[in-house]
Amino acid sequence: MSGGASADHFRPHRRLRTLAGPIFGAACLLATLTGVVVLAVLMLAIVAAALSGGPEAGAFDVGGAARELASLLGRLVSGRQSSDPARAGYHAGVVSSLWLLGLTAAIGIPAGVGAGVFLEEYMPAGRLRRIIQTNIANLAGVPSVVYGILGLALFVRAFGVPGLALGPSLLAGALTLSLLILPTIVITTQEALRTVPPSLRQAALALGATRWQVVSGHVLPAALPGIMTGTILGLSRAIGETAPLLMVGAAGSLLRAPRGPLDRYTALPVEIYNYAKEPDRAFQPVAAGGILILVALLLTMNAVAIVIRNRFRRRR
Amino acid sequence: MSATLATPPAATPAAAPDEPALQARGLRVWYGQSLALKDIDLDIPRHRITALIGPSGCGKSTLLRCFNRMNDLIADARMEGDVRFDGESIAGPKVDAVSLRRRIGMVFQKPNPFPKSIYNNIAWGARINGYRGDMDELVERSLRRAALWDEVKDKIHRSGLDLSGGQQQRLCIARTLAVEPEVILMDEPCSALDPISTARVEDLMDDLKDDYTIVIVTHNMQQARRVSNMTACLMPDVDAVGGHRTGVLVEFSPTDLLFTNPKDPRTEAYITGRIG
Ligand SMILES: Nc1ncnc2c1ncn2[C@@H]1O[C@H](COP(=O)(O)OP(=O)(O)OP(=O)(O)O)[C@@H](O)[C@H]1O
Ligand SMILES: [Mg+2]
Repeated sequence: MSGGASADHFRPHRRLRTLAGPIFGAACLLATLTGVVVLAVLMLAIVAAALSGGPEAGAFDVGGAARELASLLGRLVSGRQSSDPARAGYHAGVVSSLWLLGLTAAIGIPAGVGAGVFLEEYMPAGRLRRIIQTNIANLAGVPSVVYGILGLALFVRAFGVPGLALGPSLLAGALTLSLLILPTIVITTQEALRTVPPSLRQAALALGATRWQVVSGHVLPAALPGIMTGTILGLSRAIGETAPLLMVGAAGSLLRAPRGPLDRYTALPVEIYNYAKEPDRAFQPVAAGGILILVALLLTMNAVAIVIRNRFRRRR
Repeated sequence: MSATLATPPAATPAAAPDEPALQARGLRVWYGQSLALKDIDLDIPRHRITALIGPSGCGKSTLLRCFNRMNDLIADARMEGDVRFDGESIAGPKVDAVSLRRRIGMVFQKPNPFPKSIYNNIAWGARINGYRGDMDELVERSLRRAALWDEVKDKIHRSGLDLSGGQQQRLCIARTLAVEPEVILMDEPCSALDPISTARVEDLMDDLKDDYTIVIVTHNMQQARRVSNMTACLMPDVDAVGGHRTGVLVEFSPTDLLFTNPKDPRTEAYITGRIG
């Protein structure tokens, strides 16, 4: 310090501060790149594995490779389960997973959003709410196999009560997955509701609105983008799960795709797992192709969510 | 008196015109353990403008929120004593706060339009209260009444958030008028406005007082003098324990009297700028 004014109590550390900003920024960029690089490598590896099946495809024949990939995926989506790698496909798994997705969304979203709205907008703050809150936060961290065991006891067997047991059906699987994603949806719904400014609620209440009118007219629409994000996160997790579904009876081999909620089912990740553990190496491209289908499904879901979200933002 | 002769329109046919619109008797408000307002006795006259003045934190907003039960929303707020609207008690769990709030509207300190179009900002309140008439007409009438129509008539379907702060505040007033309340509570409605918008809102209040009972909280002495008929001065209680500020009503009289000839030395100190 040059010691200018005698009453100078400030030590600006300008050099340090100007350095700290860029360093922090660079560190954050690095952190971002980790994710991007891992994803890129992962995708490349999967595509390469999926392509390696065709022995006649040249190493640098990109056009041929892409055509090869397209025909492989087409065959995989329509093909049934088979012990012959040239004919094996994921038809039953894709159909089952779409069913699971739809049913889980239909059960999990209303239950999760409803619980979030109740806890945030209706329930008075107090001990009981804190207890429930803590429980839900803990549930979010429970391993998915545990949900499988719960689903087995609750939905598949219904503790042995005759007419209630669903057996190893799509519905039992979807109910289990709904339980699994419930905490995620509840918590993100609550977070989203909390970002809605209290002044908005006060404005509506001061006009003589009932609580339901305030929630449905202003709070939910304002919180919808955030709720959507949580919902999509939850559903994405559900569609990738294997462990709980194995517990509640997803079939390892299923020849006919399910047609109704009480039919037997399998799931895309279950089938991928089964093909991947086949000793015959010719199954490796089949497994990799399955992963591509799963990733494509997830990306489509996310894209749809983003489109809906943007449309909703614009309309307001 | 001309006030008794010029009987107000049929807004409240049951109530006698000289009966106060709002009455507080022995009103106390707690926030948790701390007493925010103590022993407030106040009669708000019908079809007049009543100003609430007093230093920051003396409980003006708290008192205002007692009249439309907005304190219900604050988890640890507790009210004691009696508040009457048209002679009927509005305290207690049996009173329907929802229908009360339609009859006693509120304009907040910070403009808080809904994130909707200007049109829907006004139509929403009417719709939820089951308005059966011509909505377009109601929207236009409310906006005209709030002196906003000429500025927004070409962009009625644009977002209310695109307006300036002063326009937003007038939109909030228009929104309140649209549900046809009998009383309008205003909590520092001009604190975020420039002098021109302030003058507009003041003109508007003057215009409204024939049909509405208005209670306005303000920190602006000139404004209180300009617009109000009656003024209530609240002060933090001097002998409150432990530095805690409990609001008490020190003076309530006609505005010109209160400002020219205050009875209480604390009022005089406040309005001449020696407190607060
Ligand atoms: N939600 C609340 N929870 C707890 N205490 C509160 C709450 N709102 C107000 N208070 C307390 O009550 C007292 C009166 O507050 P109030 O907001 O009514 O004052 P005010 O006169 O409106 O002040 P200002 O002129 O600054 O708006 C203050 O001491 C404040 O700390
Ligand atoms: Mg205030």
